[in-house]
Amino acid sequence: MMPVGTSSAQRLVLNIGAAPIALYIEDPSFADLMRERYGDFVEAQGPACAEVEVQLAEAQSGDPDQEMQVVRDGRLWRMERGDLRAEFDSDTNRGVIRQTANPYAIDSALRVIHTLLLSNQGGFLLHAASAIRNDKAYVFSGVSGAGKTTIARLAPPDATLLTDEASYLRPEDGGYFAYGTPFAGELARIGEPAKAPVEKLLLLAKGPENRLDRVPTSAAARLLMRNILFFARDAAAVARVFNSACDFVARVPVYVLTFFPSPEVWNLIG
Amino acid sequence: MSATYIARSSAIAARNLGGEMMIMSALDSTLFSLNPLATAIWEAADGLTPLEDIVRQRIVPVYEVEEPVAQRDAAEFVEKLARHRILVVSDEPIPNPSLSSTA
Repeated sequence: MMPVGTSSAQRLVLNIGAAPIALYIEDPSFADLMRERYGDFVEAQGPACAEVEVQLAEAQSGDPDQEMQVVRDGRLWRMERGDLRAEFDSDTNRGVIRQTANPYAIDSALRVIHTLLLSNQGGFLLHAASAIRNDKAYVFSGVSGAGKTTIARLAPPDATLLTDEASYLRPEDGGYFAYGTPFAGELARIGEPAKAPVEKLLLLAKGPENRLDRVPTSAAARLLMRNILFFARDAAAVARVFNSACDFVARVPVYVLTFFPSPEVWNLIG
Repeated sequence: MSATYIARSSAIAARNLGGEMMIMSALDSTLFSLNPLATAIWEAADGLTPLEDIVRQRIVPVYEVEEPVAQRDAAEFVEKLARHRILVVSDEPIPNPSLSSTA
């Protein structure tokens, strides 16, 4: 593992989900790109729960659009894709990312690192849009094409968009909280760095009318597991994610939201 | 015919949700949902009690099923879970099985 943070590197703290990660970036223009890319999620100073050195490198052979390969080697997690190679030590929470200058490439490695950090805290990243309305968070989960971006677009003006792609969920105060993330989907707009207690999880389905159907707890856990972002074939980590999913459905009501794409659907949501 | 002993694998996570036992294989992420009869066998899989006795004592009297039918169904269930390494199966007692905890 490389030492993190050389004297000439810029330190940016990327605060997603109250799990700030310090990025040490040697290349000043790439550091500027990161500030622009992550907007209000970047803090100039402050403590961090993980430290990661970012090095620019030529693309590896292979397809940059392929799925990230994540392998555990003892306490080291190794990530590899055509445009990125990374290592993260889950004991020291330090790592290194070697990637092309594409400011979006780092997203994939950060998602993996956040899933590792979250899995120790009973939380997880969910393939879901989420938004805050009246101080409560609503989470809309579904596979690609299920309508996450559509429901985000239809949100009323008083709603705060947390993400249209990857929701950050962690247990707090006896419930679960949703945090904004800069991980954007088709909306191509990063979320707000805000948080709120999750009022409902809504599993999206398109249909001719708007309706809400409560899902029994066991079925909710099964459906939730399908959409949790987890990348590693590691037995202990899989068990932790399963337990987190069970905890979540025990605390948060889950519904199937069948919807017709019109703004009125939000009258049903909350 | 020798006895069959069964024990819960340590490579699983299991939770009772709303009265339904959910079991996930940590090895291949397969998720199982057990019916009450299968749950009774699962909970009794202590590595020491033969499967045949579990069926005779916990299944037949409770579920009012004929014993040959219950024994056959239980054997099929055990074989299925063993294939996914959720249950450990042996023709000898498993004295110190690494039992998973259920919540």
